[in-house]
Amino acid sequence: MEPIIAIPSAKSLKRQEKEEKNNKMLFGFWVYIMTDCVLFASLFATYAVLHNNVYNGPGGAQIFKLPYVLGETLLLLTSSFSCGLATISLQNRSKRKVISYFILTFILGLGFIVMELNEFHNLVLAHESWRRSGFLSAYFTLVGTHGLHVIVGLIWMAVMITRVSISGLTNNIVRRLKMLAIFWHFLDVIWIFIFTIVYLLGALHL
Amino acid sequence: MKNKYKVSLITLLLALLGILSYLYFSHHTVAILQPRGPIALQERNLFLAALGLMLIIVIPVFFLTFYTVSKYKVGHTGKYKPDFDHSRLLEITWWIIPGILIIVLSFMTWRASYNLNPYKPIASKYPSLDIEVVALDWKWLFIYPRQGIAVVNHLVIPINRPVTFFITAEAPMNSLWIPQLSGQIYAMAGMSTELNIMATSKGNYYGSSANLSGTGFAGMHFETQAITPANFNNWVKQTKHSKLTLTYATYNKLDKNSINNPISYYKDPEPNLYTWIIKKYMAPGASLNSMTGMGM
Amino acid sequence: MISYFANFWIGKLSIHQVPTNPITVGGIIIMVGLPLLIAAFLTYKKKWRWLYREWLTTMDAKKIGIMYIIVAFLMLLRGGSDAALIRVQQATSVGSSHGIISSSTFQQVFSAHGTIMIFFVAMGFMFGIINLILPVMLGSRDVAFPFMNSVSFWLFFGGMILVNLSLIIGQFSNAGWLAYPPLSELRYNPGVGIDYWIWSLQIAGIGSLMSGINFIVTILKHRCQGMTLMRMPMFAWSVLGSMSLVVFAFPILTVTLALLALDRTIGTHFFTAGGGGNMMMYVNLIWAWGHPEVYILVLPAFGIFSEVVSTFSQKRLFGYTSMVLAIWAIVLLSFTVWLHHFFTMGAGSNVNAFFGIMTMIIAVPTGVKLFNWIFTMYQGRIRLKNPMYWFLGFVVIFTIGGMAGVLMAIPPVDFQLHNSLFLVAHFHMMIVGGVLFGFFSGLLYWLPKILGFRLNERLGRYAFWCWIVGFLMAFVPLYILGMMGATRRLDHYQTSTGWHPLFVVAGIGVIIIAAGVAFQILQIIYSLITRHKLKDTTGDPWNGRTLEWSIPSPMPFYNFAILPTVNSRDPWWAKKYPKEEPGLQITNKEQPIYQDIVLPKNSSMGMLIAGFAFLFGFGAVWHIIWLVIAGLIGVIVSIIIRSTKEDTDYIIPAKEVERLDKQYRLEQGVQS
Repeated sequence: MEPIIAIPSAKSLKRQEKEEKNNKMLFGFWVYIMTDCVLFASLFATYAVLHNNVYNGPGGAQIFKLPYVLGETLLLLTSSFSCGLATISLQNRSKRKVISYFILTFILGLGFIVMELNEFHNLVLAHESWRRSGFLSAYFTLVGTHGLHVIVGLIWMAVMITRVSISGLTNNIVRRLKMLAIFWHFLDVIWIFIFTIVYLLGALHL
Repeated sequence: MKNKYKVSLITLLLALLGILSYLYFSHHTVAILQPRGPIALQERNLFLAALGLMLIIVIPVFFLTFYTVSKYKVGHTGKYKPDFDHSRLLEITWWIIPGILIIVLSFMTWRASYNLNPYKPIASKYPSLDIEVVALDWKWLFIYPRQGIAVVNHLVIPINRPVTFFITAEAPMNSLWIPQLSGQIYAMAGMSTELNIMATSKGNYYGSSANLSGTGFAGMHFETQAITPANFNNWVKQTKHSKLTLTYATYNKLDKNSINNPISYYKDPEPNLYTWIIKKYMAPGASLNSMTGMGM
Repeated sequence: MISYFANFWIGKLSIHQVPTNPITVGGIIIMVGLPLLIAAFLTYKKKWRWLYREWLTTMDAKKIGIMYIIVAFLMLLRGGSDAALIRVQQATSVGSSHGIISSSTFQQVFSAHGTIMIFFVAMGFMFGIINLILPVMLGSRDVAFPFMNSVSFWLFFGGMILVNLSLIIGQFSNAGWLAYPPLSELRYNPGVGIDYWIWSLQIAGIGSLMSGINFIVTILKHRCQGMTLMRMPMFAWSVLGSMSLVVFAFPILTVTLALLALDRTIGTHFFTAGGGGNMMMYVNLIWAWGHPEVYILVLPAFGIFSEVVSTFSQKRLFGYTSMVLAIWAIVLLSFTVWLHHFFTMGAGSNVNAFFGIMTMIIAVPTGVKLFNWIFTMYQGRIRLKNPMYWFLGFVVIFTIGGMAGVLMAIPPVDFQLHNSLFLVAHFHMMIVGGVLFGFFSGLLYWLPKILGFRLNERLGRYAFWCWIVGFLMAFVPLYILGMMGATRRLDHYQTSTGWHPLFVVAGIGVIIIAAGVAFQILQIIYSLITRHKLKDTTGDPWNGRTLEWSIPSPMPFYNFAILPTVNSRDPWWAKKYPKEEPGLQITNKEQPIYQDIVLPKNSSMGMLIAGFAFLFGFGAVWHIIWLVIAGLIGVIVSIIIRSTKEDTDYIIPAKEVERLDKQYRLEQGVQS
């Protein structure tokens, strides 16, 4: 009953180690995404509790402009699509394409954030800020937290674009780009929920 | 020999403990074990029944633990089976035994939750006495709307007549608790909760706020005086002669922070004072009903 | 203009924020003096470089674990002093006497006591022990993400500093350890106390969340060859359960604290009375985190007991599968019971009944675990060493506390006991008797592995008996007081209540507990002095069962020279007492095959990131906007810099591993 441990060659060991590391990191990232889901779930719950507490302020139907929000949504969805294209180019190890698709994604995401900030700005100018009522507090916080995530994603993307153009598609960079893509799609999914639950249902007075 | 010494020392200590506890408890009231009303009585009985049920399992478990430890201490001559690590029968048994206990307790819980719901009126041939309670920083205001009086930090109720409290706060969250008459319920700004109690014997019962509400919190205790209906009527008459009137202006004065506020009596409280206090914390124009209580 | 300028630079800070009350000043002198003394000593011994290289920047989970434990122990002393102060106040503040501290100080003291004990003592010991032993138990060299581990620790440390800083500048929360609004809202609490509470927990909490992710990945991806999930030590299972709770519960805490902070700083209306806020939503949210938190703490303690009982009974753990089932039952159920913390808010009967029954159901898996431990001892050979004493103490106290818990799960009974001292006695019996005793047991069990020598048994027994007697004396009176109508958090009461004698007894109890702590300190010091006599020469002082006992003590920094392969549940035991096949294949005896070992390089970035997070928190407390922004940018830039670093690992060549391993084994006399 001698133990038999096959000794892999140094090179294959390295590859295996790399793969294990990538696997581990991606798995950890998924666990993180799950914690973020819980975070958003708590904010959605808060919104659900407070969405009728308008306290003589405006309700969703008065302040949401659906066409404008639809514009934001389209920007973010398109950015998710271009992010998907970037992931495909990642498989082909095409550095130029990866960079250009991520730049496209970045611009679209930036557009989304600018639109959102503009929306917030107008509400505040109209004295319909978070100070006005429980509903507005919940609205600004939920949508704002998503926006904050998008901003973090944009910073991350800017860093990664720079790094790809300097160091190329190394193992570490590819892994991080994959995580970034997961993060970006995740934000897209959260936005779909926000769009439906906050904007659509709110504007339709449901 | 040394062991014997230890045993007698422990016996002596236990005896001393027994005597001291006897002396202590013969002079003091353990409020929730000495109820003076039907609600607190039922709550006590539930407490004792559940405790008894659990002890049926817990005492044998204690014995089993210490018996096992003393029997299988290293050096024992009994069996040693280092690989004995499962027995389906045994394991199923101890999923089931506590399970049965919990099922029994669950039935008790379910029934008791309905029977002892604080919102449930107490059946009685007398109509219930309504008292509106406001927790302020840091005192209790008891308004008797039908009688047209109000009292700070002192509660007087007739015996054998159900009392319904409507409770709110113009302060951080408090909790109204008179342990010898019933359990507690929260007092929250902008909301109205209810508590039904009844005292069946005359006496003075300690009441307090059970939830931290700031600096003067420790002073938020009051005496509940349960007296005969005739005396109660006299007391109301007397109080109606009080010099102070509870108008909005005097209420606003009372509302200012004060610690260990003395007992004070008011006549003719503003009729809608209680609703007015709650509505301060609600959206302008909203109806009171939408915020009353948390569930029901 | 000047005031605007000052506001910009120092926010709400001012010289008047420094306390003058003699007790607080005494506390400050100790808390500032002790680190200064240590700093002076380090300078004298020229040990700063050593401290920085070997400890502060380390990525070694074992060392991070030890740092957690040291911080937790110091915080135990701080939280314990708070407890003593509470007891002294309540024993003296009766009738015409108003005790030794003011109401407002008293309220800060108990808020700090609760916060520190849960977040910086219990959590600290828990993460410390997990870091110390979990990777080794799994036959691994490290946790999954060593750098994140270091960040977690330093965030924990930063939060700890922030809590203690509140004693020196400003004040701490006076709203209890969970800061219920509206008491914690700006209207009733304009000072910085609540903000200190919010930001220290926020910073430490994010660290805990990261640790949660880290240990889940470690358990699922870092097990040695042959260790299937069902062969994992029970401690690993319990940590997996606990960490799963962490990743689901801590985001809720993050959100809740953030919303309260928004209410206080930018004027939102989440939990305000009026303005469309809902204070009961806070209570729901905080307990949706808070109840799982209790199980986050107690599950690892259960895991420790499983290891201890089986080792000291020299017998396999009874009912392994039941134990695993029980853990997951507890994990799931713990998210369905939070409402039992506020039955008294006036919810309907069926809501209360539902949550009451769910709460009682948790008693079943907990009971199953107890029965399994008893049957692990049954037909074993029990050695009553220190760790076993704590186990037996746990059985008694946890069971009494558990019964009180089931009683309070019945809503109408809870109406009578809620927020009374009965409740206080109950949860101390669970958290101290369950969690802290578990961690003490675990430390006594595993410290020889770290230190290389056992701790003195006799002093340990003295400490134990002081703790047990003192603990019962301190908390049994509280059960009675609660039943007499005494509510918690009272800084003063009337003579007519008759509570005074019982409060005095409880105070004496705390003195005895303090003697227990003194014995524990003495035990460590005395064992350190006599360490040669207590030296662990085998690496296996308790006749252990799991992988950590198969390597020398103290553990080499790389844990295993050659990663083990296992094929049974108690691999080390099976190797020592072989039956049909060896349970553990550590190495081929004649020809050990050494390979290169890859380990993470030290990094100061963890410290730096947490340092910036701390500055951010301090700025947020005092409304110093530039510091908030600077801290935030510091965190982001540090993360970016760290993420661009490619050479984060170093390699120990096989030859060197061989040399080290032989040296270790020679020194320790450990047979392979």
